[in-house]
Amino acid sequence: MGLELYLDLHSQPCRAVYIFAKKNNIAFEFKLVNLGTGQQFSEEFGKVNALRVVPAMKDGDFTLGESVAILKYLACKYPTPDHWYPADLQKRARVDEYLSWQHMTIRYHGSRIFMLRGLLPTLTGQPIPKDRMDEALEDLQKSMQTFEDKFLQGKPYIVGEKVSLADLVALVELMQPLGTGVDPLEGWPKLIEWRERVKGDVGKALFDEAHETLMKSKISIKALDRNSPMMQQLVKTLQKRYK
Amino acid sequence: MALQLYADLCSQPCRSVYIFLQKNNIPFQLKEIRLLVGEQHSEEFQKVNILKKVPVIKDEDFTLAESVAILKYLACKYQTPDHWYPADLQKRARVDEYLSWQQTTLRPQAGNIFRMKVLFPIVTGGPAPEDKMKEAQDELTKVLESFQEKFLQDKPFIIGTEISLADLVAIAELMQPLGGGYDPLEGSPTLTAWRDRVKAAIGKDLFNKAHEAILTAAETLKSLFQGPPETVAAAKASFRKYFK
Repeated sequence: MGLELYLDLHSQPCRAVYIFAKKNNIAFEFKLVNLGTGQQFSEEFGKVNALRVVPAMKDGDFTLGESVAILKYLACKYPTPDHWYPADLQKRARVDEYLSWQHMTIRYHGSRIFMLRGLLPTLTGQPIPKDRMDEALEDLQKSMQTFEDKFLQGKPYIVGEKVSLADLVALVELMQPLGTGVDPLEGWPKLIEWRERVKGDVGKALFDEAHETLMKSKISIKALDRNSPMMQQLVKTLQKRYK
Repeated sequence: MALQLYADLCSQPCRSVYIFLQKNNIPFQLKEIRLLVGEQHSEEFQKVNILKKVPVIKDEDFTLAESVAILKYLACKYQTPDHWYPADLQKRARVDEYLSWQQTTLRPQAGNIFRMKVLFPIVTGGPAPEDKMKEAQDELTKVLESFQEKFLQDKPFIIGTEISLADLVAIAELMQPLGGGYDPLEGSPTLTAWRDRVKAAIGKDLFNKAHEAILTAAETLKSLFQGPPETVAAAKASFRKYFK
């Protein structure tokens, strides 16, 4: 049995794994885990990832969660070009540094915008106050400033001259607000250039394909069953996490 | 020039890096950055790390932040015993998996207990509300359930029979609430046994030395707050961000 990737492409880390595997021609079976219908709570998926989050990977008997771990595993196991996760210690450390920092900054704030603008108002039937939405965008932009000043620093890519896992992960996260019609990079020419560069490296067709689900989020969110116990529990969890 | 470690041992990720360096006899110079008095905001330190956070290492011209990145860099550069960050792809992936997961779960929840027990009273002048404290403790308990069910299970250490970076990072985080007098592992024989095992693998003396600062942080803060008004104001301002 070959590699299986358990994914829902609404999710940023799922997109990073999907794009990486496809770009590098790594053969895998796409196993959809529909978060909207609670498929992550199925018995079958529980055997793959007890934490019930995506992405998850099954390689023979070996199961693995956490996109950062999955990406590194795939980069090392399969013959992928060095620039994704360089063998050079210092370049590799730069990738690790970004992938560590981004959890509570770009990832968190980008997700928050998607939740506050997209998911939560539809599920609760209540709009989010404007000042909270503005604050969420400001917080993301503070992280983006740090991203520009500390991680990109005028270089074409985070590590230097070539695209790496760091750029891929950063970009999928910064795409998330677009699922609610907001482009956080508007007014940030250097980041827009960086985005175009990374899209070019991934390949426009693959990039667009990976983001198709996200761009149709408004429709898929409307189709959710907001009255189901699972959805109501999810709302409580999200409200706490993204207050 | 020897490796430089910019750290404050009140900080969990600083402790992981400190312990790892000492345990593996990697020579380094400790440059203390006292977070409680806002030294991370100094102009000099900003030149080292624009993020104004610790830990940071400086290896000749190469500066690196983020403890997870630092630990992996050190393990590979200094070719430390394999068990810390195994060469085997699947074992290594298990370490990576834990180190990623803990960033948004165990780390913030354990840190929150310390902040509520020790920093909150300083900023507000009174103890954290009981219901908020209980909520924080319940959240940490939930996270520890996931830690046990998914990561530790019934193994001696997270990835198997030997200690790795995963256990080191976990234990540093789980010691933080003890700085506020709260033991999150109390009542769990499996987790307290794991903690004892990790302590022993690190070495009791090194472990205790690394944790002296956090276990006396509450007292340090008390005497700080009897100091000059500017220091007090700087410290309060620096903690306030946690309680927006």
